[in-house]
Amino acid sequence: MIGETLFDRILIRAAGTILALLWIAPLAYAVWAAFHPAAYEARFDLLAPLTLENFYSAWSQAPFSRYFLNTALLVGMILAAQLVLCTLAAFAFARLDFPGKSFLFGLILVQLLVMPDILLVENYKTMRALGLVDTIIAIGLPYFASGFAIFLLRQTFMTVPKELDDAARVEGCSLIGVLWRVYVPLGKPAMLAFGLVSVSHHWNNFLWPLIITNSVETRPLTVGLSIFATTDSGTTWSVINAATLMTSAPLLLGFLLFQRQFVQSFMRAGIK
Amino acid sequence: MMRREWIYAWLLVLPAFVFLITFTHLPAVEALVNSVWTTAKGRRPSMFVGLGNYQKMLQDPIFIKAMINSGLYAALTVPTSIALALAMALLVHRPFKGVAAMRMAYFTPTVLPLVAVANIWLFFYAPGFGLIDQIRQFFGFASANYAGQPDTALYSVAVVTIWKEAGFFMIFFLAALQTVPETLREAAAIEGCSKWTFFRRVTLPLIMPTTLFVSVNAVINAFRLVDHVFVMTKGGPDNASMLLLYYIFETGFRYWDTAYAAALTVVLILILSLAGLGQFYAADKRVHYK
Repeated sequence: MIGETLFDRILIRAAGTILALLWIAPLAYAVWAAFHPAAYEARFDLLAPLTLENFYSAWSQAPFSRYFLNTALLVGMILAAQLVLCTLAAFAFARLDFPGKSFLFGLILVQLLVMPDILLVENYKTMRALGLVDTIIAIGLPYFASGFAIFLLRQTFMTVPKELDDAARVEGCSLIGVLWRVYVPLGKPAMLAFGLVSVSHHWNNFLWPLIITNSVETRPLTVGLSIFATTDSGTTWSVINAATLMTSAPLLLGFLLFQRQFVQSFMRAGIK
Repeated sequence: MMRREWIYAWLLVLPAFVFLITFTHLPAVEALVNSVWTTAKGRRPSMFVGLGNYQKMLQDPIFIKAMINSGLYAALTVPTSIALALAMALLVHRPFKGVAAMRMAYFTPTVLPLVAVANIWLFFYAPGFGLIDQIRQFFGFASANYAGQPDTALYSVAVVTIWKEAGFFMIFFLAALQTVPETLREAAAIEGCSKWTFFRRVTLPLIMPTTLFVSVNAVINAFRLVDHVFVMTKGGPDNASMLLLYYIFETGFRYWDTAYAAALTVVLILILSLAGLGQFYAADKRVHYK
């Protein structure tokens, strides 16, 4: 450290702590409101009685179990499709030469800027033409081919030693065999990183699902929660906070348990 | 033999491209095509209007308001979240007791759904009993309805964006700070260089590529993140927090004016492409020290 006095250090730690408290305050407040009776939603008393009532009442007032199922199906389906489609494409871009390669790769890069998230009206028309409006598959379809996943996996596959590839081919491995036995195992960390980012992104996604769904059977959690929170059925802040926590809980728990992997995945996914 | 490899390669990329073209490239082109026609209404079929929809924009006060707001929103959120992200990274990039907890506090908003946390923030902003108002009233100020009054609505939305994004951007700066060589620090210490000078003359230039990367992402997000607007303000009051993407949603799915929505989408695509070009241009200029 350059010229750092004890006073500097205390000052820096204090600033860091205040910032951290500010940043965690919304979540801390949500936990407070969700676990206390409605009378304490804006009154902070250490002796306030704890309760799970808000969770019961949120759970019984809206079909959250169905929303959970929909979201789980959605993120699972998207991740599976992304991993298969993007692994195949990334392998071709990393290790094969073919006419049109750089043009096609350029088309993939375009998706990093112009995401399906902003092409709302046009994608809605496509779904209507396909007869898929208000289905879970329609929420996922635009995200199946992720330009970002192809990019990330291609970078990873390019670092696989060529000798390994050649050795497998000499042994009589087919092209798909090489991909499956050499590249996929070595690409697992990158796939895990992408998987975490993809799951949290689609768990939290809101706008497109809001547009393309209109029934309980297809709505994911985010859309269900926003409808629950805006209907004027006399739901209290405490209940809304309980619902908010429930919606975020799986990701939040996953993050607390696998903090290091989460942070590293997001970092890896961002640095190209 | 060569030909066979080509066919394999095409077959490998084909499935991904079917989806990519159908849901990204075709719709982008469709938006461009639809934007020069009118929306069919009842018995009145769609008519070719050329640049009519774009001329309409220039006379549309809500569009102009949305553009000004989007620009302001970007100007508020991009530099603030980047500066905070860098500050956070500097605060936690060296180990000390409790560093993990501090890092976690900064990063947590990233994994929470934006629509969900918007509800919590809405409570903070609520007039009368909301947390901020309680503090205001404690110090004797009048009650204020931050998300519900025209002069503060956009700012209250921007604050949530900054809170959500800073911790996310922090991790990129953390990674970048690891790459600043320790030898440089030692050399600077011997030269008697102050902490601030070292940061300004050595650290900052070295992490420039990361700053650039984060900036482009922040600009893109400024035009893409509108989830909380749905919960907090719905673009109001009186369009005070209307953003471009939210206006596209309203035009397309509340007024069903799909042609005008297509023209608005084209504007958004242009803005995002400019951001992307900015990145390529800057990367070309080599903001790198290599």
